[in-house]
Amino acid sequence: MRRLITLLTTTFVALFLTAGSALACGGLIGPNGAVNLLRTTTFAGYHEGVEHYVTAFEFAGGGGAFGSLIPLPGVPSDVVKGGDLTLQRLIMETTPAQRDSLIFFGAAAAAPSEAQVLMERKIDALDITVLKGGADEVGTWAKNHGFRLPPDAPEVLDFYARRSPIFLAAAFDPTRAAARGQAIGDGTPVHITIPTPNPWVPLRILALGKSGQERVDADVFLLTDRKPALLPSSDTPGLQLAHSAAATDLLLSDLRSDKGMEWVPSSAWLTKVAVGAQASKLMFDLAIDASGQEAPSRVAAGLAVPDLPAATPADLARLVFGLAVIALGVLFVVGLTVWRPARGTLSQ
Amino acid sequence: MRLRRLAVLLLALVPALAGCGVGRAAGPLRVEIVLHYSHYQPRTISIPAGRPVTFVLRNADPIDHEWIVGDAALHERHRTGTEAHHDARPTEVSIDALSNRETTVSFPNPATLTFVCHLPGHEAYGMVGTLTVTP
Repeated sequence: MRRLITLLTTTFVALFLTAGSALACGGLIGPNGAVNLLRTTTFAGYHEGVEHYVTAFEFAGGGGAFGSLIPLPGVPSDVVKGGDLTLQRLIMETTPAQRDSLIFFGAAAAAPSEAQVLMERKIDALDITVLKGGADEVGTWAKNHGFRLPPDAPEVLDFYARRSPIFLAAAFDPTRAAARGQAIGDGTPVHITIPTPNPWVPLRILALGKSGQERVDADVFLLTDRKPALLPSSDTPGLQLAHSAAATDLLLSDLRSDKGMEWVPSSAWLTKVAVGAQASKLMFDLAIDASGQEAPSRVAAGLAVPDLPAATPADLARLVFGLAVIALGVLFVVGLTVWRPARGTLSQ
Repeated sequence: MRLRRLAVLLLALVPALAGCGVGRAAGPLRVEIVLHYSHYQPRTISIPAGRPVTFVLRNADPIDHEWIVGDAALHERHRTGTEAHHDARPTEVSIDALSNRETTVSFPNPATLTFVCHLPGHEAYGMVGTLTVTP
């Protein structure tokens, strides 16, 4: 049976937590053993201006701790424990050949200054923190809280923070996981509710910490009121439109029965985008226009940089003043250079 | 004439006042290396043998970095080393996130050396530069 975690995944990145000060300067693991985030899974649903992320963080064991850092399109209104069946049910919907081998609706998903802390939640063995800040602030927060960011993190954090300065950090506490009897591979579903004009799924961050030649494979599931327009388009190398059809009544009913999924509408469109690309090629995100305007944002896709904030009158006044000071200084120096005293002329 | 001399002096001071000074004071040479997006800028540096050089290491990243300069054998040792923080030798420097460090080094003999960050994954990511010590 293919593992559940190989079927749904999107926007998450394994970020090792430091395992004490004895970290080898050239080594890759802490003295207590490797701590890996195997895979995380995500479903992005969108209805009535609200994006619903349902994500399962898989416990990977190890003697230390580990976590994920996830860029978000906006400030979440809530972060709660997600239902157990949503992700499995979506997998079954789009991979029918595996229905017989899956446990139907299993009990647990086998699955400079610091940034401003907007929200904190404890969900089972996960410590969830919603952050607001630029790349430096989020990176500083992560460092101060034990995350060891990979070398590509500064550029990738900048890539996201320029467009949305909201991040969600999730750290797995292995002590609490052990106390709860969680085994390796057990997942904790998390439901993030984000009011936003359009849904969005970060993809580039999937490549964080990977070498350029490593392959990134992920499946992104979308549930929207109507057929969405996507950017990059599904014919882009590294992307494949694996499923696009009206969601069945049975699927919607099943999803609606899960914890926190009452928002699922009576009709919707189900899309599955398969990501399969070299890490060095995955330089974009998935922008989605679910409004029917067919105009997904190039900025949201990471294909264009956001416009700089418009200059205020005060900014312009400072600019004019600065230019005037420079001009006066130049005139003064030039004037002194070419000036000849009149007395000298009279004496000749 | 005094006024004209004053004007010439002011003109000479303009670059320095603007922060673009390239004047070389007595003492060690100064070389600035910016660490940004986990790369060194510049990546290639040439210095004369036998003269003290102060390397100004500016870490613009929100993650820690290292600047370790030496030959291939030294780097091989560091790839499997266990020293988490470097501050005992002027050729091996840890630079905390978003901070600056200075170190003064004198290389007596011509050589071609490399400087590398040996934190996990950083060298493979491209955090490598070349230091040429010229006669």
